Amino acid sequence: MITDTVTFLAAGEEPNPLIPHTAELVVGVIAFAILFFFLKKAVYPRFEQTFRDRQETIEGGIKRAQEAQAEAQRLLEQYKAQLAEARTEAAKIRDDARAEGTRIVEELRTEAHEQAQRIIQRGEETLAAERERLVVQLRAEIGDLAVELAERVIGEALADEARRAGTIDRFLSELDATPGRR
Amino acid sequence: MSVVLAAGGNGFVAPGPADFEFPPVFGFVTKPMLIVVLGAIVIAAFFYAAARNPRLVPGKAQFIGEEIYGFVRNGIARDTIGAKEGMKYVPYLVTLFVFISVLNLTGIIPPILFPANSRIAFPLVLALISWAIFNYIGIRRQGFVGYFKNMMFPPGIPWPVYILLSPIEFLSTVIIRPVTLTLRLTLNMFAGHLVLMLCMFGGAFLLGQGGLLAVASIIPFLFAIVLTFFEGFVQLLQAYVFTLLSALYIAGAESEEH
Repeated sequence: MITDTVTFLAAGEEPNPLIPHTAELVVGVIAFAILFFFLKKAVYPRFEQTFRDRQETIEGGIKRAQEAQAEAQRLLEQYKAQLAEARTEAAKIRDDARAEGTRIVEELRTEAHEQAQRIIQRGEETLAAERERLVVQLRAEIGDLAVELAERVIGEALADEARRAGTIDRFLSELDATPGRR
Repeated sequence: MSVVLAAGGNGFVAPGPADFEFPPVFGFVTKPMLIVVLGAIVIAAFFYAAARNPRLVPGKAQFIGEEIYGFVRNGIARDTIGAKEGMKYVPYLVTLFVFISVLNLTGIIPPILFPANSRIAFPLVLALISWAIFNYIGIRRQGFVGYFKNMMFPPGIPWPVYILLSPIEFLSTVIIRPVTLTLRLTLNMFAGHLVLMLCMFGGAFLLGQGGLLAVASIIPFLFAIVLTFFEGFVQLLQAYVFTLLSALYIAGAESEEH
């Protein structure tokens, strides 16, 4: 297998390209072996590590994003539920307030009505009392006036006073009867 | 194989296999050996720089290193062998792909301009390593007898077929696979380099003739430029093919069925 280049060329023959040189075989094996072990030890594990790191970074990112989305969804539903609850509660409070308002108005109206009745009654009572007092006073005054009038009339025409006395009595009794009709 | 063309007294000597032989630079070390060593050092240095300070958001070197590594890891190892089993072979397959790529691309990278893999010894070494790996895996997974039984006597076939099939299967798996791996890569690089040299030498020769011939030299030089790009494509493709086939052989040995 050993082909001596120099001999070949010196002999002027064509070298055969299909016959390997032993020295080249040895160099080829050694160079490839050293390269292989060097790359296997110092280079390829780092590439693999980088690939793994990269994949983890991407997968971790996706996972984190998914978690965040799920959390956001959960919060959204929670808020929606809370909002619906608050709405129901507000409606209930409104209804209650309306009912309460109606009740209060009704109460106030009743109370006002009663008070008005009371005031009217008191006014009527006062009026009646005043009138009684006036009637009593007037009756006294009218009696005096009547006597005074009679004295003056008597002084002039005493003769037919007997007839007229009946008229005065009737008049007075009529006056008496008027406040009694009340 | 040297072709001498009569051209005005000066002879044009077409490039041949002799142009793939180099005198030793020192001791027994020749240019292809230096290319291999240099290539290995460059690969190691680049990947070390790419992975030295890994970041989640990679820099330029880290990005390129990860892309190459990920391409072989996902596109070859895991796709062919399996997502789980394939991971064991990722270091070998990535190293294989990068090593072959670089030693092919030296053919178009100035000032080297020689594809180290056109020297049969280097592809042969790699093919033998792949061969050893897939046979070892097959024997370990299926047992020595089981491995050869699965290989040579696939079930579900009428027995007379085995007379023809079994020797062919044995030959193809154990002997032809490493040979084709080696020859495919070597000869692709050899032929590509030969064509490039032909264009370069031819152009230089025409330029040396002067006159109209010197003007005509633009044609082979243009060819050389176009073919250089084509060669770059072929070199990466061959590295991919070699790695993919190695992965397929390993996948076949990993699984029970043939």
